[in-house]
Amino acid sequence: MPSLRRSSTCGIARWCRPVGSLFRDALLIARKDLMIEFRTRSAFLAVLVFALLGIVIFYFAWDVTAVSAADLAPGVLWVIFAFSGLLGLNRSFAVEKEEGAIDGLLASPVSREAIFLGKALANLLFVLAVQVIAIPAVSFFYGLPLAGVAAPLAAIAVLAAIGLVVVGTLFSSMAANTRLSELLLPILSLPFFVPIVIPAAQATAKLLSGRPVGDALPWLRLLLAFDLLFVVACTLAYPFTIEE
Amino acid sequence: MKPTPLSIAAAIGVVVAFVRVFFFTPTEAIQGLAQKIYYIHVPSAWVAFLAFFLVALTSALYLALREDRLDRIAESSAEVGVVFTTVVLITGPLWGKPIWGTYWTWDARLTLTLFLWFVYVAYMVLRSAVEDRDMRARYSAVLGILGALLIPFIHLSVYLFRTLHPMPILGKPERPSLPNEMLSTFIIAFAAFTLLYVALLRARYRYAVERDGVKLPEGD
Repeated sequence: MPSLRRSSTCGIARWCRPVGSLFRDALLIARKDLMIEFRTRSAFLAVLVFALLGIVIFYFAWDVTAVSAADLAPGVLWVIFAFSGLLGLNRSFAVEKEEGAIDGLLASPVSREAIFLGKALANLLFVLAVQVIAIPAVSFFYGLPLAGVAAPLAAIAVLAAIGLVVVGTLFSSMAANTRLSELLLPILSLPFFVPIVIPAAQATAKLLSGRPVGDALPWLRLLLAFDLLFVVACTLAYPFTIEE
Repeated sequence: MKPTPLSIAAAIGVVVAFVRVFFFTPTEAIQGLAQKIYYIHVPSAWVAFLAFFLVALTSALYLALREDRLDRIAESSAEVGVVFTTVVLITGPLWGKPIWGTYWTWDARLTLTLFLWFVYVAYMVLRSAVEDRDMRARYSAVLGILGALLIPFIHLSVYLFRTLHPMPILGKPERPSLPNEMLSTFIIAFAAFTLLYVALLRARYRYAVERDGVKLPEGD
């Protein structure tokens, strides 16, 4: 469909697009993805069960007498989120590959940046929904009262989820077009998850051991810096991954 | 492939450096023979970082200019960089065991080197997984740039991780202010390894050119 393809000369105009319409388009894309997910629910249930199984398996790989639950839980949580996030992200562009839906998406009058942000937003809500169930599950299975640290823990969870999702969405778009697709996504993403998992697990550990929230602040700043840089970098990089 | 003057010079440089290391450089008083690894380890680390810097630079230029040459340079530099990072990761523990008493510690610099290795091996896997030449160039350029953005974050997070949670390890030896003989050997090794990098990069680049079936202009 060459007539509908954006020519490279309108690059400047694309940058000048009002930010408002960028976000409006992104919300539309996100709504589309979430609606597909809501109607089938297959991915969400699968990922949720995977996360819960992970939490349970970790318990049995753990020497209860040697390591306290508060020491184990942060690592378990963030390893589970990193891996279950990958499972969900694989699906993000696999949906578009089926029957060439991506061509229709690219031909629609929506900028590539908006497609990326919309996809990332849908994935973010997906990961957050998993967290909303998995974090209380950890509290339940490991006997950890989380009520007192709910607000700062939620902040860590959201900041970390943003980082995981933007990097993962970009690589998911790339991996979907390769021969190794499902295998390639973790290989590409996991090195990028390290600077998210370390601060998130460390900040969670600070909270669970009853330290003041201020002790977790350096880690939160690191997460925030990662999010800001990679949201911008991945949004700018995305159009390069879908040129015909 | 015929040896070029550059590759001959690099080979001679490396031989000269090794001869100097083993016969004309004093053995370090405290660390003994183990310290000789220094002359391989540190120049390799420098070359690895130089190689990955070039990957990021040529990747960014590729996305802007769409010159296939830039993609081939990035590809070649990444591969040579992975080789040198592997050398760093092998010589480091060999040096660490007698001096630190352990092969590996999760020190910020060590961890960063390990993750650089992961990122650029993934870069090579990505290249091998994409058939279309144009798409492969764009994908790997994106990864080459994001990889460079990742470096400060890995370093910082592991560094904070280490300082907030100190673990008893044998103190890292302060780099001694080198006596002249050691310093000159080091500089020779440094220059030889840099030359070796350029020679390997060029050889790998020529391979990429031949594989892609491109005619080289005279003298390139």
